[in-house]
Parts: sequence; C-alpha cells; structure tokens
Amino acid sequence: MDKILRIKMQGSGDPVVSVENLGEYAGLGGRAMTSMVVAKEVPPDCHPLGAKNKLVIAPGMLSGTAAAMSGRISIGCKSPLTGTIKESNAGGQAAQVLARLGYAAIIIEGKGNGKDLYKIFINKDGVKVSVDNGLKMLGNYATVEKMKAEFGEKVAIISIGQAGEMKLPAASIACTDMEQRPTRHAGRGGVGAVMGAKGVKTIILDDAGLSNRKPVDEQKFREANREFVNGIRKHGVTGQALPAYGTNVLTNILNEAGGYPTHNFRTGFFEGGAKISGEEQARLMTERGGQPTHGCHRGCIIQCSGIYVDKNGNYISKQPEYETVWAHGGHCGIDDLDKIAVLDRMDDDIGLDTIDTGVAIGVAMDGGLLSFGDADGAINLLKEVEKGTPLGRLIGSGAEIIGKVLGVERVPVVKGQAIPAYDPRSVKGVAVTYATSTMGADHTAGYGVATNILKVGGFVDPLKGEGQVDLSRNLQIATAAIDATGMCLFIAFPILDQPETFNALVDIINAMYGLNLTGDDVAALGKKILSAERDFNKKAGFTKEHDRLPTFFKEESLPPHNTVFDVTDEDLDKVYNF
Amino acid sequence: MRVKVKLFATLAKGRFGERGLELNASTTVLDVVNLVGVDSNDVALIFVNGRHSSFDYLLQEDDRLSLFPPIGGG
Repeated sequence: MDKILRIKMQGSGDPVVSVENLGEYAGLGGRAMTSMVVAKEVPPDCHPLGAKNKLVIAPGMLSGTAAAMSGRISIGCKSPLTGTIKESNAGGQAAQVLARLGYAAIIIEGKGNGKDLYKIFINKDGVKVSVDNGLKMLGNYATVEKMKAEFGEKVAIISIGQAGEMKLPAASIACTDMEQRPTRHAGRGGVGAVMGAKGVKTIILDDAGLSNRKPVDEQKFREANREFVNGIRKHGVTGQALPAYGTNVLTNILNEAGGYPTHNFRTGFFEGGAKISGEEQARLMTERGGQPTHGCHRGCIIQCSGIYVDKNGNYISKQPEYETVWAHGGHCGIDDLDKIAVLDRMDDDIGLDTIDTGVAIGVAMDGGLLSFGDADGAINLLKEVEKGTPLGRLIGSGAEIIGKVLGVERVPVVKGQAIPAYDPRSVKGVAVTYATSTMGADHTAGYGVATNILKVGGFVDPLKGEGQVDLSRNLQIATAAIDATGMCLFIAFPILDQPETFNALVDIINAMYGLNLTGDDVAALGKKILSAERDFNKKAGFTKEHDRLPTFFKEESLPPHNTVFDVTDEDLDKVYNF
Repeated sequence: MRVKVKLFATLAKGRFGERGLELNASTTVLDVVNLVGVDSNDVALIFVNGRHSSFDYLLQEDDRLSLFPPIGGG
C-alpha cells in the first residue's frame, strides 16, 4: 500500500490516470486517509456534485493483511446529503483486494461529461478506464453480473445503481461480498451521488497473482493476531450473539428498553417487534435453509451477516441489518420480515442507503402519502425511485426533503441525515453523537448504545442526561481511530471490555508497520481525524447551532418512559473539548 | 403476585419466550433466574419494566422482567 491512484474525469477528453507516491499521506488508512485528503484537497465551499469535490476510496491500515476483521473500506467526499465532510464505510471484499493491489487510496477527481458512463479496471498490471454505456441505469445486481461475465468470478466490484447515476442524496456505493453479490454498502451521506457525478459506474478490482501484505515483524504480528482473535471469540457479543442472530438481535432489546423509534418516532415500543427480531430471523432462515451465520468478507471471524431466502429457499438478499429492519420495519409500522428483505434487496440494487430511504418512507407515511404499515406501498415507492420518476427522486433524496415536500413537521434528521434506530429521548448517549458528529446523525460515529443499553464499556443510564457528553466524546475519538485501521467496528465490543484485546490490536498495527504506538497514540489519531473533519465543516459554514437535534425531541416526551432529550446545548458544545 | 418473565436470544432456547409466573412476595430477580433454570452467569442484561435492573431487585406485582445474554450489534 505504497501508492495513490488518481483518476481525473474530464468534461471533454479521456480521463487522466496517474499513480503517485504517498507523500504526506504515508501511513494513513481508511477514514484517516479519506478525511485528510478531503480536508486538504477539497474546497469546503464547493458543490458536492461539482468538479472540485473528490471521491476518495481507501482501504484501512490493516486491510489486505492476515489480521482478522480488517476488511472495511472507507469512502469519503463532501456529502451531497449533509454538506459536511463524509466518511462512509463498508464491508465486502473491496478493501482487502484494493490493499493487496498496493493502493492506499483511489482519488477520483473532476466531473463526468454527463453522457458517458465509465468503468475502471485495476489489476497488478495497471489501470484501464473505459466507457461502457451499456451499463446505463442498471441496478447493482445487473451491473455486477455483467462485470462478472467480463472479468471473472474472483474480482471484487464497487458500483452504483440507478440512484447514484441520478445523483440522489441517499445514493450508496455497493461493494461485492464473498458470493460476489452487491450487498455491502457505503450507505450514508450520498457518496453514490458523487460517484455518479464523476461519471463512474463501477470499479473492478482484481488481485490475481498477488498475496497478503507482509508485516514488518511477522512473528509479532501472528502472535498479536492470535490474541486478538481469542479476545473476539471469548466476548459474549462477538463470540456468541452476533454470529447466532446478526445485528438484528438488537430489535428485542431496544424494544424492551423503550428505545425503539416507532411510527416515525412517536413511541419507543413497537408491538410487532418480536415478529421482525433477530431471533425470529435466525429461526426462519434455519427453517428455510438460508444462512443465519455468515461473514461479509474473508477474514471475518464474527460472522454477523447472513443470507436471507424466501419460503421456497430462493435468495432474496443478505440478511437485513438491524438498522434496515428498523427503518423499513418499526419506523414504518411494518412487521413482515419477508417484505423487509425485499425492500433491503431493492435498496441494494437501486443503490440506496437503507436508513435514509426507510426513514424517508416513514416520514412520507406521516405526511399522508401512504399509511403506516403499508409494506406494498413502500415497495412501490422504491419502484418509483428505480424508474426515476419525480416522486421516486424525492424519496431517494432522503427524509428532510420528502418531509418538506409533504409539509411534515416531525422530520428526524441532523444536518440532513436521518437519525437511525435508537430514539434520542431514551438512548441519550448516542443522541449526543447524532447531534455533534461531523457526519450528521450517525450511530456508528460514537455508539453510545453500547454503554447505555448493552452495558459494554461500563454503564451510563440511557434515560438521564448525566455522563452522555463524556461518553459520546470518548467513543467518537475511539471510533475515528478504529475507522482508520480498516477493522470492523464490532471489535469495539471486546476492546472496550478487555484491555488485552485492545493491546493486541495496537500490537498488530505496530508489528505491521514496525512502530511503537501506545494506546494514547491511537486516541491521538482519533482526535486528529475528528479535528480535521470539524475544521472542514466549519469552513463549509457549520456552526455549533448545527450540532442540535430537531426540537421535537426536547418538547415531546416518548412513551413508555415519557422522557425528553434534555442534554443542554451548552453541554453539547463541550463534546469537542479535547 | 403475578410477574411476566421474558427470555431472549440464547436464554430462550429450550425454555420459553414469555411466561406469566405466580410468585411469593419478596422474590428477587435472581430467584426467578434460578426458578426458570437459567445460569445467572449467562445473564448479562436485566430489565424490569424497560429499565435496567439487577439480580437483587425485589419484584413487584405486574412487573415485566426481561433477561438477555450479552448482545450487541449496530
């Protein structure tokens, strides 16, 4: 991983490809790479769909090595959804393959010519950028099938669907999984729209003839990785619950805790919760011959993903994640797992963030466009997006825009990005993250749920304001650092609880790069990333007044606990005091 | 007194998902855990009426007790 690939798309003439040394970006990976490049090279006041924005695709520091769980890829740019800096990350095969190809980043610059659609093929011999207008307005699944036919069954494929081509603010970027299906998405923030604006439909990565990246100290690396793997396996969350039930194991506990936003954030308990829970999903997949335990990339030992099949055993989608099941499920009053799996498949195919899309549909229900619980109506709305009708484009623009169009007051977004599956009034730690994250409302930026609800990393009462700012700050710092490593964020469960597992992670990095980092250095990296992101946002026009939740969370109490969000604005402004 | 007990994830396997129990006064959460045959070491999260609770909590009439093994996601 000693080079950067730059591809400049041009209004006229062929794209210009250049390969550079890392220069000042040496040693960076994942979110550290994407955010540093965007902060340095993208004018904060630029239009996200314009020629001055850049799309940065970076494997993590440990991607492409033998380290377990190291297959996350970061995709960064200025976000068309939020107007802030954006890092959206995904699993699948792309990170490992791109890292083995030796690229620490692909930076796509400039702007497409508005008529041609490009594919980029990268292998050990070089880079080929070519026009392929036969891909126009294809979904991700059809695009991947065509690329498989052309480049074989072993490549990793990054692509956008119709939503990205239409430059919709909720458009995602898909990465293929181990089965070469486009199921793992950099979902949030409209990164797919930026790829579409560049005129790039797909990137095909072929690591044939290449092997894993070699650590500086192989023996130390192996030992540290062994300790790391042991730590992940012995922790109850990563060793048992996630493999058995997937992320959707959260439905029942959030529902029991009164923190499951239902019917567009009206109550914290959904009557149909058990019917769409991880337990029910796993039971159903075992009965039908699906696969409830499955990894999203090679080298994953947690295996929280799965394969969802219909009652005849035919593939529908990957096992929908908790936030997807929530956004299309309880948020919309839908309690039918099969319908939710169809919506998940459609989101993946069209190339839409499941959270922003699901929340937009729920807001549309609140606005009277369709009724809560109308699963077929939700499916029809996604068909509208696929066709690119004006109504479909509004849904694919996310909750804030459809809310305005329909005159809805209750619109759960921060900086234009939809609030996910944990109500701010009864899970207050993650709510502080929603309000203050550099990314807009993003649970993964500082997952206070772990400590508020799951008692991982200690316990802070989810219903009280006290302690939430400190919790969110510490988690946001740690998360930014983990996002730089290429590690799956779920390693946070064992490393928050088990110091030896955290030390093993630091040892893996040290052995890989020949460094002597300490835990404090890791925290310093997280702070550096957050500071660069925050500085970008400030220059883009964001102030502390943007670090707020919609006011209804302060004014309307949430049953069953009848709490409001009561962390003060002054306290929210202390999150970045580090 | 009547208490509703709910078991989740691995704790429900071979047992039950939800059951109403008739209990004596001064029954604790731990007493119920033992009564339903769950190893207390397997219980990581205890909710009573949707709020975090503990093994030594004295159950009240109409309480809803929910027990979970270690779980996470996101």
